[in-house]
Amino acid sequence: MRTAGANLMSFLAIGVLVGCGVTLLLERSLSRVLLGVILISNGVNLLIIFGGRSGEPPVVGVTDEAAMSDALPQAMVLTAIVITFGFTAFLLAISYRSWYLTGDDEVPDDVEDRQVVRRAAHQEVSTADLASEPAAADPQQVDSPAPRRPEGPG
Amino acid sequence: MSELVPLPVVLPLLGAALTLLLANRPWLQRVVSVGCLSTSLVVAVVLLVQAYRHGPLVVQIGDWPAPVGIVLVADQLAALMLVVSSAVTLCVLLYSIGQGQAEVGETAPVSIFHPTYLVLTAGVCNAFLAGDLFNLFVGFEMLLAASFVLITLNGTGPRIRTGSTYVVVNVLASMIFLISVGLFYAATGTLNLAQLTARLDALPDGVRLSLQLMLLVAFGIKAAVFPLSAWLPDSYPTAPAPVTAVFAGLLTKVGVYAIIRTQTLLFPDQQAGELLMVAAGLTMVVGILGAVAQSDMKRLLSFTLVSHIGYMIFGVGLSTVAGLVGAIFYVVHHITIQTTLFLVTGLVEQRAGSTDLRQLGGLARLTPLLGVLFFVSAMNLAGIPPFSGFLGKLGLLQAGVAAGGPLPWTLVVVGTVTSLLTLYVASRVWNIAFWRSPCRIVAPTAPLPALMVGATVALVALGVALTVVAGPLFEVTAGAAADLMERTPYVRAVLPGGAS
Repeated sequence: MRTAGANLMSFLAIGVLVGCGVTLLLERSLSRVLLGVILISNGVNLLIIFGGRSGEPPVVGVTDEAAMSDALPQAMVLTAIVITFGFTAFLLAISYRSWYLTGDDEVPDDVEDRQVVRRAAHQEVSTADLASEPAAADPQQVDSPAPRRPEGPG
Repeated sequence: MSELVPLPVVLPLLGAALTLLLANRPWLQRVVSVGCLSTSLVVAVVLLVQAYRHGPLVVQIGDWPAPVGIVLVADQLAALMLVVSSAVTLCVLLYSIGQGQAEVGETAPVSIFHPTYLVLTAGVCNAFLAGDLFNLFVGFEMLLAASFVLITLNGTGPRIRTGSTYVVVNVLASMIFLISVGLFYAATGTLNLAQLTARLDALPDGVRLSLQLMLLVAFGIKAAVFPLSAWLPDSYPTAPAPVTAVFAGLLTKVGVYAIIRTQTLLFPDQQAGELLMVAAGLTMVVGILGAVAQSDMKRLLSFTLVSHIGYMIFGVGLSTVAGLVGAIFYVVHHITIQTTLFLVTGLVEQRAGSTDLRQLGGLARLTPLLGVLFFVSAMNLAGIPPFSGFLGKLGLLQAGVAAGGPLPWTLVVVGTVTSLLTLYVASRVWNIAFWRSPCRIVAPTAPLPALMVGATVALVALGVALTVVAGPLFEVTAGAAADLMERTPYVRAVLPGGAS
């Protein structure tokens, strides 16, 4: 019996996986983002598998060539799984490290961005553009005063 | 000669394995990595000469013929990119050895820098040489995995924070790329770039356009094209100086390279040309306005990086030979100069203990050499004649004028304004950090390590040399662009029997 190829159910499954993955990806907590990445990658792997012809195991001498499934998408999915596995491990390590350092694994805002926004709201100029200290404050910079000419009579 | 083609990928990978084994012998690690990268550089130069004289060099891995097996193709564009990237990675490696960033320290239990750095180089070279979409994907993943490790090196708080943004955004980009690879295969039954040229023509316009847009989004995130660029200025600045330098110089340009390659080879009718030009204009403006607002040198440079990506995308979007010539020349110029500027910033950090403009001052007086290095590269970036930045921008603007029409003319104006604003930003950094009087007494520190300064001087010299060799370089880029637009040299080299 020829195995079923792509059908509506499979595409629904891909859609649900990717949809849930995207929702999780929008979270702030790294462990949820990680789950999102895993779901999306599973959805994408299914998508690639359904891109090729389905059929019997592609082994020469065992299966008739016309009934063989396409082996290339399977090879690509294997590679993709390995790569995603590595990324998953790395993301786990990062979220653990983040929890270790800060107590949770939420990704905080960028401090510099906040400062720029605050300055813009108050219409301030960056302090870098103001000479914060006069040059005279720096002993290296100020030449010692020229010796005064003795004031003679006349 | 074509046996040499896989070497830029294989050598660094072997080196990575060796350096991992030699984790306790810093000196041997250094010798192995420097040896690998210098050999790659020599090989890349030979490949460029061969590709220029005799056309694209092709290797079928394992002797499997082209549409079935994996092909590596070194045409003029790929070979040129290889030469520049090998030169830059070698200089940055020397710099990081000089800085002592590379070895085991108190905060790094394992010496991981050398192996990851070599894998990064291998990934970059693989992406340049890839002859099919999936191998391009693998190249991207190699360099990404290595870059994840490098950007979170030592696992300090700020690096983990910015690193997580970087990792998530890039994993998402990879997923989008993977989806488009799956769709390409489902639609055409092949991933070989040369074979795709023939098969894509048979597809309906709508399908082709959606495939093209999927690829553009994936590569656009990696190349940091507005509106997909917001991740870059947040994540690059906290990494160690040499890491930021090589990321800024190379990784975004791999994205630009992928855009150039796929847009010219797969989609010659250029339905996305106008879209690319609009994105290019916005990238330039938004990037440079972001740079104006920054008060930290590294963040400021990250924003100029985003802004100048716009120039290259503009050249691609024009979809004329002249535009491509300008874009390729600009990629070569920008890889060199952006890396140099980040290396100089690293030297500033080493000398003054900070890259925050609020705390810097008087560097030109304290360290004149640093002043010269920064001034030359900043003027080069801003496009002051006679530097290569001027020549690259001139080439692009001329191409825009030659193309004519309202959109190219707008882009010409935007490009000029961006160039002026870059000059403003560069002179602002110069005035505050180098020229004004020191705002605090900088304690006399140990002299800058000679190797760091030497590597930076070498890159500045390379940037200046691009002006000297601009004539031959333009000839090579013109040849590369002509081959790209014509498409047949590439296809014939990969599939001698013709594509079907």
